[in-house]
Amino acid sequence: MGKIQLRQVRKSFGDVHVIPGIDLDIEDGEFVVFVGPSGCGKSTLLRLIAGLEDTTSGVIEIDGNDATHLPPAKRGLAMVFQSYALYPHMTVRKNIAFPLKMAGMSPEEQEKRVERAAKVLNLTNYLDRRPGQLSGGQRQRVAIGRAIVREPAAFLFDEPLSNLDAALRVGMRQEISELHQSLKTTMIYVTHDQVEAMTMADKIVVLNAGNIEQVGSPLTLYHTPKNIFVAGFIGSPRMNLIEGPEAAKHNAHTIGIRPEHIGVGDGPWEGVVGLSEHLGSDSFIKVDVPGLGVINVRAAGELNVHHGDRIKLAPTGKIHRFDDKGLAL
Amino acid sequence: MARAASPRKQLITTLAAWSVALIIFFPVLWMILTSFKTEASAVASPPELLGADWTLDNYAEVWSRSDYPRFFWNSVVISVGSTLLGLAIAIPAAWSMAFVPGKRTKDLLMWMLSTKMMPAVAVMIPIYLLFQWLGIFDTRIGLILALMLMNLPIIIWMLYTYFKEIPGEILEAARMDGASLWNEIVYVLTPMAIPGIASTMLLNVILAWNEAFWTITLTTTKAAPLSAFIASFSAPQGLFYAKLSAASAMAILPILILGWFSQKQLVRGLTFGAVK
Amino acid sequence: MSTQSTRMAARFMVAPSVIVLFIWMIVPLAMTAYFSFRLYRLLSPDRTGWVGFNNYVWFFNSPDFWLALTNTLLLVGGVLVITVVLGILIALLLDQPVKGQGVLRILVIAPFFVMPPVAASIWENLFMHPQNGLFAAIARGFGAQPILFLENYPMPSVIGIVAWEWLPFATLIFVTALQSLSSEQLEAAEMDGASAFNRFRYIILPHLTRAITVVILIQTIFLLGIFGEIFTTTQGGPGSASTTLPYMIFKQAIVAKDIGRAAAGGIIAVILANIVAYFLMRGIGRHLDA
Ligand SMILES: Nc1ncnc2c1ncn2[C@@H]1O[C@H](COP(=O)(O)OP(=O)(O)O)[C@@H](O)[C@H]1O
Ligand SMILES: [Mg+2]
Repeated sequence: MGKIQLRQVRKSFGDVHVIPGIDLDIEDGEFVVFVGPSGCGKSTLLRLIAGLEDTTSGVIEIDGNDATHLPPAKRGLAMVFQSYALYPHMTVRKNIAFPLKMAGMSPEEQEKRVERAAKVLNLTNYLDRRPGQLSGGQRQRVAIGRAIVREPAAFLFDEPLSNLDAALRVGMRQEISELHQSLKTTMIYVTHDQVEAMTMADKIVVLNAGNIEQVGSPLTLYHTPKNIFVAGFIGSPRMNLIEGPEAAKHNAHTIGIRPEHIGVGDGPWEGVVGLSEHLGSDSFIKVDVPGLGVINVRAAGELNVHHGDRIKLAPTGKIHRFDDKGLAL
Repeated sequence: MARAASPRKQLITTLAAWSVALIIFFPVLWMILTSFKTEASAVASPPELLGADWTLDNYAEVWSRSDYPRFFWNSVVISVGSTLLGLAIAIPAAWSMAFVPGKRTKDLLMWMLSTKMMPAVAVMIPIYLLFQWLGIFDTRIGLILALMLMNLPIIIWMLYTYFKEIPGEILEAARMDGASLWNEIVYVLTPMAIPGIASTMLLNVILAWNEAFWTITLTTTKAAPLSAFIASFSAPQGLFYAKLSAASAMAILPILILGWFSQKQLVRGLTFGAVK
Repeated sequence: MSTQSTRMAARFMVAPSVIVLFIWMIVPLAMTAYFSFRLYRLLSPDRTGWVGFNNYVWFFNSPDFWLALTNTLLLVGGVLVITVVLGILIALLLDQPVKGQGVLRILVIAPFFVMPPVAASIWENLFMHPQNGLFAAIARGFGAQPILFLENYPMPSVIGIVAWEWLPFATLIFVTALQSLSSEQLEAAEMDGASAFNRFRYIILPHLTRAITVVILIQTIFLLGIFGEIFTTTQGGPGSASTTLPYMIFKQAIVAKDIGRAAAGGIIAVILANIVAYFLMRGIGRHLDA
């Protein structure tokens, strides 16, 4: 079981109110991603759930029981740190067995569980090495191994992939997703990378300055962002946000159109191509449209436009409308 | 910041460095040489080197005339004992300061160091009386306590600087893994800090071994260590250079050898962990 | 980065150290303060009683007191200057690519292993002794009169001995600090046309600030209480020429057997030490932040 509920959870460091007040329900077995810009309080929120920090006020419930004042060890959660936080003086085997040893498990049972975890994570050949002798990806797996042997109620990940290179990151991302498929244990995953959030999450929690901006499935956030912040944060390249007369035409303060929802060829807007990137599968171009500003366009396949070309654009998909407070209309 | 240099320049610097090192070391060397001379040869003028009368008699005589093994053993027990006791108290304290620092942590550390600035002589009489009253005057336990308290601020400070290099996340990981505070310190922090702890131990054994004020003030015979042994040697029977040198050598050689064999930790320790 | 319970635990764990150090400081200090207002002479044990500030007045009126104070500061200051300056120079030398670094280092550290009474007696007897010392022999070799170090230059001699004991410490700290200076910085400066002196002045010296701070802080802690070296060599003499504050207190307690006066001296010394400590911590303690 791993149902986690936050009720009016607040956290301040001195006068700095890092988390002004959060309510959140995380269902058993869900893969929840906290996403938001750097410094918005994602780690703080995760550490509050873990019990590594006290809440200033509010209640944290795990499986229906008040866990607000439980020490980390008693919450039945496991955490994978950004720096992996492996014990450098222990072998991989000892690292993975450490939580079991702390739980007072018999050596045979420890060994059995370590072997099983090592097999799942492809670490069997490295069990007698020290963390210092492993590559970044292997260290990451050891950290995960240390988390899964305990069979926790939920896993907490704090930007676990940010120290890996791009190729490895994609691989590990898939491994973690597969792990979730097979374990079906609640996972809370913190990242500032919206691609990770979109690809892995059942449910995304978008945080900004310690507040939840929106909670929902990846596609909900993509299709119906609640406000400009979410609209701008989810999706790549960023949504085009247009104010002024063009927005007024749609009875809005601001309108937003995703780059993939703009067609090239004919249309009401005309501008000069600035940057153009051709990836073969996709083309990204920036067009300077007088009165609108720079518009990002993403088109599937090849697009035969280049720097300096004059082209015409038209919206082809949904136009998001926002009021003067940034809320979706 | 070693850089390549021309052979000639390297020769000059090598010569200069060796000269300086030998000058600094010379008093110790001269003492050791003197300890192997006869008394007459030791005070001969001009000083004798190649033509000196070499002998081991001085050591034999110092050995037979005094109870060297007892002094030696007292030194070992007192310096090692006070260091271990100090570590036992200091490790938790340094853990607190390094990993749960508060606004007052720096001040606390500075206060601890400043207790060491109190001149020992100023509180000699009260401590003497207190030790008599507590029945620990001239006991090893008494000296272990006194030297532990003397060096505790240094031990805490050194451990604090070493602990601060250890990422707090690793201790938090242990906490998540279900380790109690005790287990966190015993299974995670202490093994990770072994090099720093070793340096701290070594330096404090040396400081305790060489302490000569409290060891002399607070002992008469039973618990007297080598510092008292050497003091008793230069005082009553008049001066015999060779024998005095032999006794001195016997007092400092154990620690000199220990230091030389554990140079790496020692160099680290000698900097009090304060410079990287 | 912590919870209420870890902060509680932290206080609990730092408590033993704080408590024992506090007791070790306050109990003897309170007793000393008490004695300092009492008539307490071991030679006349029957006459006791309160004497107000008489013991303090005696100290302040004693011409020795001001001499002792000067000598104490001279000792601390002298040793600090010598060890810092020589330490830096030797460190610069040892930092060059020379043959036998390991052995060199062992030789340079050696004085630190020598306990103060032994160090003092080596210097007093084997080197500074007017008849049998090596210095006297060297002087005679040049046909000169041997210098009477401990009679004519007691303070410089004591300062020299103590500086020899502490030079290894200073040198080692500076060598360690120099090793962390990147050669790229120096090369860049050389490219910029900085002379050797300017490289030292503007790059090496600033890099050593923290190391110098450490040397001053730690040595001052140990130097303020220097006693054994004086006890072994000059016994504070000739006259009171090399009497420091700790030694003066010692003389009152052990030679004059006047515990009351010694205690008053002790309190004065503690106050002075605290003043020094205060300025030291305020002035340079901040350089200690990593
Ligand atoms: N122990 C602390 N003391 C004071 N401020 C902190 C502390 N930890 C985090 N903060 C502040 O809280 C904010 C959120 O930090 P964090 O949760 O680490 O952000 P994120 O993980 O989203 O990048 C930051 O502004 C940070 O400076
Ligand atoms: Mg973070």
